[in-house]
Amino acid sequence: MKTTQFKAFLIISSFVLVIISTSCEPVKEYQKQKINDSDMVLANRKIQKTENSFQTYREGASGGNGGKTGGGCGCN
Amino acid sequence: MKRIFITGFALLGILRLSAQTTAVDSTAYKSTKLKVDEVNLVSSYYKQDGDNSAVTGGIGTEKLTDISNTIDVKLLKYGATGIKHSLDLEVGVDHYSSASSDYIDLQANTSASWSDNRIYPSVTYSRENEAKGSTLGLGLSSSTEFDYQSFGASVSFAQKTKDLNGEFTAKVNAYLDQVKQIIPIELRISNDDPGNESRNTFAGSLSYSQVINKNFQVMFIADLISQSGYLSLPFHRVYFADNSVHQENLPDTRLKIPLAVRANYFLGENVIIRAYYRYYSDDWKLTAHTVDLEVPVKISSFFSVSPFYRYYSQQGTKYFKPYQQHTGSEEFYTSNYDLSTFNSGFFGAGLKFSPPKGILGLKHFNTFEIRYGHYTRTTNLVADIISINIKYR
Repeated sequence: MKTTQFKAFLIISSFVLVIISTSCEPVKEYQKQKINDSDMVLANRKIQKTENSFQTYREGASGGNGGKTGGGCGCN
Repeated sequence: MKRIFITGFALLGILRLSAQTTAVDSTAYKSTKLKVDEVNLVSSYYKQDGDNSAVTGGIGTEKLTDISNTIDVKLLKYGATGIKHSLDLEVGVDHYSSASSDYIDLQANTSASWSDNRIYPSVTYSRENEAKGSTLGLGLSSSTEFDYQSFGASVSFAQKTKDLNGEFTAKVNAYLDQVKQIIPIELRISNDDPGNESRNTFAGSLSYSQVINKNFQVMFIADLISQSGYLSLPFHRVYFADNSVHQENLPDTRLKIPLAVRANYFLGENVIIRAYYRYYSDDWKLTAHTVDLEVPVKISSFFSVSPFYRYYSQQGTKYFKPYQQHTGSEEFYTSNYDLSTFNSGFFGAGLKFSPPKGILGLKHFNTFEIRYGHYTRTTNLVADIISINIKYR
């Protein structure tokens, strides 16, 4: 693991987390019309299933997207 | 419905979330029968081509096509105490043709792997206590193809914050796989079946999502993935500098750490910005950055267009070298370009139709989505994929 890059990622993430946590506004359920829009889902969508599979096979990195992190070969 | 809260909840010592408990009025809930909530049919056609096949030691065709069909049925039931039970049943079938696999036997016109199928069913059950904001999930899955068998299991727990604007999720997955030893024909020392080798994957995932305001929400994801067993592929050749041929040989353990953040922002009334970044590293010295940006634009109340672009940059593993670059002094070696240093770009667009009267007037077929993407890699691999999703609800 490249320690410098990892530390930089943690520092930036922590900084972003602090900024975000201090700028949160209370949002009531009835105010979540936009948040609940199907395109606002914080995950890959069903139609991206095969895309995610081939990217996992053709690239060395995997995980970090809430989906599968193993199983299946990807041999070809 | 009354809100029910639970106090003093702490999970895994990472994030401390709290809520409070009030009396339950069970008369407010009514049990429902198990019903179909949603059905998704997803079909994809994928094709790729390149000149760096690992089967032939980093040279030769990578031509491949894959047709994938998946049906996903989500069933829903509310219990008498207001508990929401969800059952997700999914079956996927892939049919693929791989030119490179044909060269496991360099003399043959076709081998067993030239054209094959993969079937991958899964079932996921979740039990959500909407009053407490907690969800427990259990899952089982398998994946079967002629030379590979995988069984998976997962357990997850999610807890919303008191104000319902944040959610913490912890998930563990285990995959127990078997790799059939399909050896390049010139390296076979007998005609006996060489059997299978095991490959195990254990993954832990922590995520936290937060609504920032009425238009903006983010999610942080941290995974830890440990693999052990046979992590090479038996039919990948490696040609050494002296032109001798060997099977790929990679370490029998691998520890992966992907860290990611998602941010979705609703800009104005019709535009959404979906952003994703991931930093990945593992102990094979492979690191990668992924940036993904998608901008769905709502042209009307039932039609949207979603252009997207994904950039991926990878620093390859220390075990990779191209054709005839490895030497006999190395313990581990591969010429698989998927593990090499490269950059890739993936761009395209999706169209989504959700007419109020349903697709072709069929009320329950309420969404039709089509998406095309073009992928290029600096190792000269190119790929195209087109997918459709039909949703019944």
